Amino acid sequence: MSFSDILLMRNELLLVAATVVILIADLVFAADQRKQFYYFSVFLIFIVAITGLFPSESGSIFGGMYETGGLQIMMKNILNFSTLIVLLQSWGWFSQVKQQKRIGEFMILLLSTLIGMGYMISSGHFLMFYLGLELATIPLAALAAYDYYKSKSAEAGIKLILLAAFSSGILLFGISLIYGITGTLYFGEAGQLINGSTLSVLGLVLIFTGLSFKVSLVPFHLWTADVYEGSPINVTSYLSVVSKGSAVFIMLIVLNTVFASLNDIWDTLIYTIIIITITIGNLFAIRQRNIKRFLAFSSIAQAGFIMLGVIDNSAFGVATVVYFILVYMFSNLAAFGVASAISAETGKESIDDYKGFYGTNPRLSLVMMLAMFSLAGIPPVAGFFGKFFLFTAAAEKGYYILVLIAVLNTIISLYYYLLVIKVMFIEKSDSPIQFFSSNLPMKISLVICVLGLVITGFTSGVFDYMVAVSDQLFSSI
Amino acid sequence: MENYQYTIWILILPFAAFLFTGILSGKLKPSLTATISIGAIGIATALSYLAAIQYFFLNASESYTAVEAASFTWYRLSDTLVIDMGILIDPISVMMLVVISTVSFMVHIYSTGYMKGDDGYARYFTFLSLFSFAMLGLVLATNLIQIYVFWELVGLSSYLLIGHYYQKPSAVAAAKKAFIVTRFADLGFLIGILMLSYYTGTFSFSDITNPDGPLITQTIGGTFLGLSTLTWAMILVFMGGAGKSAMFPFHIWLPDAMEGPTPISALIHAATMVVAGVYLVARMFTVYSLAAPEALEVIAFIGAFTSLFAALIAITQTDIKKILAYSTISQIGYMMMALGVSGYSGEAGLGFTASMFHLFTHAFFKALLFLGAGSIIHAVHSNEMKDMGGLRKHLPATHITFLIATLAISGIPPFSGFFSKDEILAAAYASNKLYFAVEYLVAGLTAFYMFRLYFNVFWGKKRTYENIHESPASMTIPLWILAFGAAFAGFLPFSHLVTTDGIPFDTHFHLTIAIASVAIALTGIFIAAALYRKESTRSQKIAATLGVFYTVTKEKFYVDEIYLFITKKIIFNLISKSIAWFDRHIVDGFMNLTGNTTVAASFRIRKFQSGNIHQYALVFLTGVLIATLVYLYYYPK
Repeated sequence: MSFSDILLMRNELLLVAATVVILIADLVFAADQRKQFYYFSVFLIFIVAITGLFPSESGSIFGGMYETGGLQIMMKNILNFSTLIVLLQSWGWFSQVKQQKRIGEFMILLLSTLIGMGYMISSGHFLMFYLGLELATIPLAALAAYDYYKSKSAEAGIKLILLAAFSSGILLFGISLIYGITGTLYFGEAGQLINGSTLSVLGLVLIFTGLSFKVSLVPFHLWTADVYEGSPINVTSYLSVVSKGSAVFIMLIVLNTVFASLNDIWDTLIYTIIIITITIGNLFAIRQRNIKRFLAFSSIAQAGFIMLGVIDNSAFGVATVVYFILVYMFSNLAAFGVASAISAETGKESIDDYKGFYGTNPRLSLVMMLAMFSLAGIPPVAGFFGKFFLFTAAAEKGYYILVLIAVLNTIISLYYYLLVIKVMFIEKSDSPIQFFSSNLPMKISLVICVLGLVITGFTSGVFDYMVAVSDQLFSSI
Repeated sequence: MENYQYTIWILILPFAAFLFTGILSGKLKPSLTATISIGAIGIATALSYLAAIQYFFLNASESYTAVEAASFTWYRLSDTLVIDMGILIDPISVMMLVVISTVSFMVHIYSTGYMKGDDGYARYFTFLSLFSFAMLGLVLATNLIQIYVFWELVGLSSYLLIGHYYQKPSAVAAAKKAFIVTRFADLGFLIGILMLSYYTGTFSFSDITNPDGPLITQTIGGTFLGLSTLTWAMILVFMGGAGKSAMFPFHIWLPDAMEGPTPISALIHAATMVVAGVYLVARMFTVYSLAAPEALEVIAFIGAFTSLFAALIAITQTDIKKILAYSTISQIGYMMMALGVSGYSGEAGLGFTASMFHLFTHAFFKALLFLGAGSIIHAVHSNEMKDMGGLRKHLPATHITFLIATLAISGIPPFSGFFSKDEILAAAYASNKLYFAVEYLVAGLTAFYMFRLYFNVFWGKKRTYENIHESPASMTIPLWILAFGAAFAGFLPFSHLVTTDGIPFDTHFHLTIAIASVAIALTGIFIAAALYRKESTRSQKIAATLGVFYTVTKEKFYVDEIYLFITKKIIFNLISKSIAWFDRHIVDGFMNLTGNTTVAASFRIRKFQSGNIHQYALVFLTGVLIATLVYLYYYPK
């Protein structure tokens, strides 16, 4: 193995290096230099994220266990930048006195999961995939329980770890069935040997449901609301964007490589799950008054929409999913950013507290409005195009009824997204949240999100490029 | 030579000015906002002239071909149906660039004087930049969707600027009226676009208007009420154009739009936006002429009718801006009629060339008339002619420039309007004698009502004014520049520049028509002079003898009242009320039922979210089991 082969793992290697440097820097920076330490760490991650944009070779190493190409790089870039935005939005929370000395801890846990996701997405082998998945999950439970002195946060952590272990068991069972039939753990080889026997269908169902847990598709979603609500808000936004996105990415890869020949079977499975997920997600979201729970359930419904693109097993379908996740990242992080700014400033997390917010904080309200518009899919913000492409993907496969159901559910979702805007803009309050100025990193992150929302909606080059790189998944077979 | 890359800056600069001043509104000094806007449009003007010189005069070849200076794909609907954003350089777009940028630049400068001290000074300039961007984007559009996007942006900025004095209820009402009427017409445009793209599979102008393309060489679609589908589509497209260009019966918004600041009336409602409809027809002219001649007949009829109709109303109005507004409608009717009677290629295309020529000259003299009117209003603080008279001594610069414009619009040689009007009359004469007769009459009426206005304002009764003075240089300099254009733009060899198929041809001077048209114009002027030059009661006597005819034209043929009757009495009472009942009881009932069911369902399922982790695992496992069992049952192998 030559040096250039090692460089194929550039993203993960850099992340590992950054983790080590942060670990040491945590000791070097004194207690009164936490702000500098924070900026230093964010800068390191920024460097890693930017490096990902430079062109990279595609190929595989370790005998095909690790594979990389334009598609994987694109997915990792999305995850890296989402992480960066999450960290930018965390300063308000970090700067509180009791959090200050634990910044390093948080960063390292977060980066570990990101490394795990990187390996997971790049895996060409079930073992690598499983290792990556666990590395991406276990530190997350620690992050969810990060405010361990709050019972809700501790509860969130324990719920996440228990149910994750549960889902891993089911996933492993599925993997072992596939191994039993094909005698191999390599994606490519297994894909060629799978023949549609009962056992392989069972393997598919079990692996799919195991991953559905991470994507929080109904009925494997029940952990979502409790964990999202209990975790610190920045962990929640990480869970709902980065963790969910990575799970969707690996699901795309596994379904389209290993189970490519069983396409008509997983189509029907996803078909049913989409309908249940979108409907249940929406029904729950309507009732929520806590902003974190609200976003949690809305993100369940969004996961259902994402599956509309997964169902189309073509380069176009894959590209619609990746594009939607990019857009979803901007919109959801913008919404979480505003919610976390408010939470860090006032501790308020109920939607009812947002009454009259436009009067006191017009800019943040506008960001929230854009985010809600994008999540609901209102043109011209990027969310509209994201949803539009997903619907096109499902319609191209001929699932018109499914698209119709999805469109009807979009209308329901419009109701609760607009409700948030209504509370902020129209309803009056005697004691609205007072004006406050967000800190600089938060401002930067919100500007990035808003620009992303507007620009990705207006530049089709992004989507065309995604279609081009997604083709790799299908040409190799 | 063929490099027009720089034209993209013509769009970027005004847009950047809009964004910059818009985002920092309230933080910038108003004067700085104005400077930024003027700088942006100034550079855009220079670039437009550069493009025009390069395209028309540095072009080695014999004919003019369309060039796509820039294009990027915005959105891919299918392999062929692509929405692009680009820049199309061809004779009419370059000509429009010159018109729009010049007038816009002049209006920007003029506004620094006219709007001085206004509360919304900065906001005004921000929207002015938006309008300039939208209008320039409209003429540079390479495809139907792009033109539609900018079309609506133009409509929006027009709405914002008409409603500039938003504290005045009449301004708000006028803005709303303009928006709703044009928006309604745009619905036709949109349906037309969809029909065209459905049959051709493309939005691109170069494909649609290609004389050898499938749209023109083959018959597509079926027929409806005796006309082909394509003809209907083109009539619908024209409907959009008629809305923006205030053709009968969509003309009602334009006179009301005079509630906006006068420079806005000059820019949007005289020189640029209102001719967008003419531009649209010209842009699609190949299709109209070669594949949908029936639609072209509709255009000719509407154009001729509107020009006469509006000219009649203009005679009896007393508000100087309203007179100019009706005059604009009448002149645009001229342009539409000229397009309608035009043939394709060579000298048969004289109507097309004449229409574009008139559009060009009209932009100068009508903008000048409006800016002059603004200068008058600035001095006497009234729009009504009864408050004016004998102003020629007080406002010398305004007087001379206004006179030049009035002579130009009346078609007196050697001013610009004479040449373009002469070509239009010649084109009408060659094609349809009835239209020629109508337009000939309108030429006389135009001369009459314009000089009625002129004499009433600058001559007529002697009055004393308090505190009256000529407008500042920032307002008079644009007047002089535009006056230069209004006087000499007629000498441009237009048939060598703008033709239907890009191949220049020679126009012959139509001496008989020229003499006849000058004669009727002079007749109109003499009558006006006799009635209004000195204060007299002759005009009232004539009005009294005309009786009901006078009242009907003064009340603008009661078109507004008819609209109100139709909308309020018929649509609201008969249709809306029954629909409202259906909506309230059936539709709402159904929606409430769905809403209640949704809420009830969401209440029922709350138990699943118990917080109990054992139950979560159980539900999880049940889901897995159901899925496996179903698949074991359906896929046993």
